[in-house]
Amino acid sequence: MAGARGTRNAEAATARPGKRLADPEPELEPEHEPERDEAGPPSSRTEVVSTQDEDEYAEDSSDEEDVRNTVGNVPLEWYDDFPHVGYDLDGKRIYKPLRTRDELDQFLDKIDDPDYWRTVQDRMTGRDMRLTDEQMALVQRLQRGQFGDVNFNPYEPSVDFFSGDLMIHPVTNRPADKRSFIPSLLEKEKVSRMVHAIKMGWIQPRRPRDSTPHFYDLWAQEDPNAVLGRHKMHVPAPKLALPGHAESYNPPPEYLPSEEERLAWEQQEPEERKLNFLPRRFPSLRAVPAYSRFIHERFERCLDLYLCPRQRKMRVNVDPEDLIPKLPRPRDLQPFPTCQALVYRGHNDLVRCISVSPGGQWLVSGSDDGSVRFWEVATARCMRTVTVGGVVKSVAWNPHPTICLVAAAVEDTVLLLNPGLGDRLVVGSTDQLLSAFTPPEEPTLQPARWLEASEKEQQDSLRLRICHSKPVTQVTWHGRGDYMAVVLAAQGHTQVLIHQLSRRRSQSPFRRSHGQVQHVAFHPTRPFLFVASQRSVRLYHLLRQELTKKLMPNCKWVSSMAVHPAGDNIICGSYDSKLVWFDLDLSTKPYKVLRHHKKALRAVAFHPRYPLFASGSDDGSVIVCHGMVYNDLLQNPLLVPVKVLKGHTLTRDLGVLDVTFHPTQPWVFSSGSDSTVRLFT
Amino acid sequence: MGGLEKRKYERGSATNYITRNKARKKLQLSLADFRRLCILKGIYPHEPKHKKKVNKGSTAARTFYLVKDIRFLLHEPIVSKFREYKVFVRKLRKAYGKSEWGTVERLKDNKPHYKLDHVVKERYPTFVDALRDLDDALSMCFLFSTFPRTGKCHVQTIQLCRRLAVEFLHYVIAARALRKVFLSIKGIYYQAEVLGQPIVWVTPYAFSHDHPTDVDYRVMATFTEFYTTLLGFVNFRLYQSLNLRYPPKLEEDLAHAASKTREDAYALESESSMEKLAALSASLARVVVPAEEEEAQLDEFPADSEPAAQEERQQELAAQEQHKKLFEGLRFFLNREVPREALAFVIRSFGGEVSWDKSVCIGAAYDATHPGITHQVVDRPGQQTPILGRSYVQPQWVFDSVNARLLLPVADYFPGVQLPPHLSPFVTEKEGDYVPPEKLKLLALQRGEQPGDEEEEEEDSEVGEPEDEEEEAEAGEEEEEEEEEEEQQEEARLRALEEQRLEGKKPRVLAGTVTLEDKQRLAREEESEARRLAIMTMRKREKYLYNKIMFGKRRRTREANKLAEKRKAHDEAVRAEKKAKRAGSL
Repeated sequence: MAGARGTRNAEAATARPGKRLADPEPELEPEHEPERDEAGPPSSRTEVVSTQDEDEYAEDSSDEEDVRNTVGNVPLEWYDDFPHVGYDLDGKRIYKPLRTRDELDQFLDKIDDPDYWRTVQDRMTGRDMRLTDEQMALVQRLQRGQFGDVNFNPYEPSVDFFSGDLMIHPVTNRPADKRSFIPSLLEKEKVSRMVHAIKMGWIQPRRPRDSTPHFYDLWAQEDPNAVLGRHKMHVPAPKLALPGHAESYNPPPEYLPSEEERLAWEQQEPEERKLNFLPRRFPSLRAVPAYSRFIHERFERCLDLYLCPRQRKMRVNVDPEDLIPKLPRPRDLQPFPTCQALVYRGHNDLVRCISVSPGGQWLVSGSDDGSVRFWEVATARCMRTVTVGGVVKSVAWNPHPTICLVAAAVEDTVLLLNPGLGDRLVVGSTDQLLSAFTPPEEPTLQPARWLEASEKEQQDSLRLRICHSKPVTQVTWHGRGDYMAVVLAAQGHTQVLIHQLSRRRSQSPFRRSHGQVQHVAFHPTRPFLFVASQRSVRLYHLLRQELTKKLMPNCKWVSSMAVHPAGDNIICGSYDSKLVWFDLDLSTKPYKVLRHHKKALRAVAFHPRYPLFASGSDDGSVIVCHGMVYNDLLQNPLLVPVKVLKGHTLTRDLGVLDVTFHPTQPWVFSSGSDSTVRLFT
Repeated sequence: MGGLEKRKYERGSATNYITRNKARKKLQLSLADFRRLCILKGIYPHEPKHKKKVNKGSTAARTFYLVKDIRFLLHEPIVSKFREYKVFVRKLRKAYGKSEWGTVERLKDNKPHYKLDHVVKERYPTFVDALRDLDDALSMCFLFSTFPRTGKCHVQTIQLCRRLAVEFLHYVIAARALRKVFLSIKGIYYQAEVLGQPIVWVTPYAFSHDHPTDVDYRVMATFTEFYTTLLGFVNFRLYQSLNLRYPPKLEEDLAHAASKTREDAYALESESSMEKLAALSASLARVVVPAEEEEAQLDEFPADSEPAAQEERQQELAAQEQHKKLFEGLRFFLNREVPREALAFVIRSFGGEVSWDKSVCIGAAYDATHPGITHQVVDRPGQQTPILGRSYVQPQWVFDSVNARLLLPVADYFPGVQLPPHLSPFVTEKEGDYVPPEKLKLLALQRGEQPGDEEEEEEDSEVGEPEDEEEEAEAGEEEEEEEEEEEQQEEARLRALEEQRLEGKKPRVLAGTVTLEDKQRLAREEESEARRLAIMTMRKREKYLYNKIMFGKRRRTREANKLAEKRKAHDEAVRAEKKAKRAGSL
């Protein structure tokens, strides 16, 4: 009975190994035991065990046993929800011991009770019980995978049933078959078949296989012309790069990476690294270890050889000097402006437009501060300031040498000013010319109103004002000085108006509009009008009143236009930083597109005498180019940039707003957003 | 207007390429077999010029093979062998399942087996083609021959690789074909020149590998299968060209076989001869022993080129001949801590005699006490009592001497001394590249000048007699500075020499000198401005190219400058340390 109980307990213990017994603690415990016995209190383990042993003998009665477990052979989970386990003989419930101990109590038990580690709960009764030494030994043996019984010997000598000794009696007494006495017919048939096959040579003895490869002179008859068809497309695999100094086991000190370089290398992706190893230095060859990625690298090479797509690439092997085009030296193309000579200061806001008098002595500039200023070119002195009370979009000096008149576009009016500068005769004759007008009897309906200036305004050099219904963006004179073209910021066909000064008449030449007009210009010699819209430039014959040509500059947005003094070439600047040169004799497509500027072009200009043209841009520079047009029709124009002029500072992302050349000298004026006008000579 | 309408992608480049999957289906092979076939036949994907056109309008990433290549694979006998092998495996599995052991035996005996001879001939129609592609084959064979005999691949393959590698090394020794050696941190690089073709291979250091798991050994084994075949045929041909026996036999072995006097108690005959062969210490037997080493005389070609070029060529040849006999007459003894095989190979391929301790390896010719030993290669200082009459050097001396084509002074390479940097012989510096000062020194030495004599002497005295230095230290700072100056002068002189040498060769641009004259500066400015303007007028495409080239140039100079700066900083640090040490010792 006791033995049976012992094993049951042991089972209970092993059933929950995670709780106590599988702790490493019990394994270690026996080693510490003697010390604890000596040091511990009198309730040492041996005593307890002995008392328990005595108890066991004392309690060894069937009654007690019954009291302990009366459940029988049913799963104990059935009692999980009840406070009792089974019933005693009187039919009373046997209560489980109260388990109200919390974790703290358990912990204290663990600390105080030296036998805590060998205490298990008997699930049958719900009581705690302490394992004896024998039980402990049994559990440990089972855990080690040994037999539970100490005395069991698994290595006992075995006794063979069939021994080598010859016995007098056979194992079976069955008489032998007949077929063991007579030769087999089947075998005979088989053998004879084989013999026949051997005789016929069907079966041959197996030749021993030689596994070592046999080598011979493979290229004994090599034919260099025996190149297969596919070898034409053959791309031999590139050889591996040869190692450099950095790969040495003892490299020069400059190849060793510094600490930052090492960190940077480690943080890079393996594909991005320039070197696939970190250079290291070893004091002697003996200290060099094996390279851990050797097999990897060979493997990667193998993969490259059979997986990498190959392509023949033509390596560009050019001298960069050869790429630079050979241009005539700028020195041979002189004269052209080379350096900044004068700065005209006085405006308070960006200077939108400038114009030079036909004699080349005076300069007029219009600004956002609502004033028009007149300057002496040679001295940069401001001769006169006219306040007009609005942003001056455009100014143009009458190109006729005997008239001193300036047109200025202010909001929706064009002001005609007589600055009274220069020859008094000229000034007087201009005033006479303006006053000689006699209004016709029947005023015709005009798209603009011509108004005489009052006395006070006359004092302030204003002579006439032409009022429009829409803001004026540009004003330009015909070469003779009588006609004037005006661009209005309007929708529809009345974007361009042409005014005649002598008869004070205005007319709208177009019936239809072709997009927003950006710029207009008169042909210098023939009755043509160039109209630049956003995407195209149209050339109209004014007398015949028809479209002559339509030029396509291939720009996103044309900003400005200038006509060559001979009239056969025009240039257009655009906001997408292109300058387009058209040769009207060649085609309607650009002859050349120059992308010299970094930013949008604001203004372009031709020099009336010299073969020069200039362009001003938002990047603050003026580029002067040599643009020679030959009389020979067979020779195309020669365009060479000769000078980049810098001087304007950028304000509000704007640089140069207008450029114009001096009529006689190779000088160029530019006005910029830094409220200055500059002269380059 | 006759004929059928051609649809899109039915002509042009779309018909010249085939995707991998389609190719595989056409050949009726599994992916693994297709890969193996591509490896063996040397078929690789091609990158079409217009990928979208080839890909029938799609931009998906695909690999393309040439249709011609795949058609060429259709007729390959190996393909049918692959199919047979598949059937063989199926039958074998069935026989195993039925436990028919006799059938298993029979099937195993008749295992399908293919040869790669024709593939080698096809891929390399001429012998020189084969030599050109030998780099990878050699590196792979040398790697495989270091694998352990268990595990990763068949033992036969490893043994075959070892055998072929040793045979090749013997050829290089016999032909004196080795040119350059480089000890890198990855392994040892060798360059040999065979029939005018430079062949470079790399061998790992002799340690056991820790085999990576992310490497597909089957791919490597397939490559090796082809490479061993190739290398075997190449070896045969090379041996034939030198009148050597193939398979190789050692001279002494041959003598023994003739007399049959000595019994080799060590091992089987074949094994011991293989090991003796691998020891690389003895020379090979020849088929016909030549009476005199006849050299093909370079004929004079009076008309074909100017005499200067011819003379240069002759000089070059003479230098090469001398290089081949670099170690002739020298006897080396290798200590046990140095890499035996590499050193024995290098020394023997330049005509030196080499031996080692008997317990290290078979094939030792003499022992350490032999009086004729001129150099002993030592890598561990302070081991034994030095014997007079021989120089003790570190192994780097051998390699550096080979690369420098002359016997370098041994003083820098004494055991325990800090070694001079080991430079790569594969680098040829172009103009504008960074040249390490050691290389400048070496170039000067090669031209027969003696730079830095004084410095070296001083170094010697420092190493030899430390007590002497203390006396010297009294001289103190001035001397130090002098030394510094000397060093700087030295460097300047070396650079000047190098420049002088270059001057003869090519036209060079004289750097403009800055003068006070304004005119010149103006002219230069004008020039540069004209250049800027010209660049402005360039076409878009050309400008892009130009910018790219200039960017590359600038980057190169930046890198060179960085290296030079680093070196300068390092030198200064070393000098300061030296000074501090001296001050401390004072």
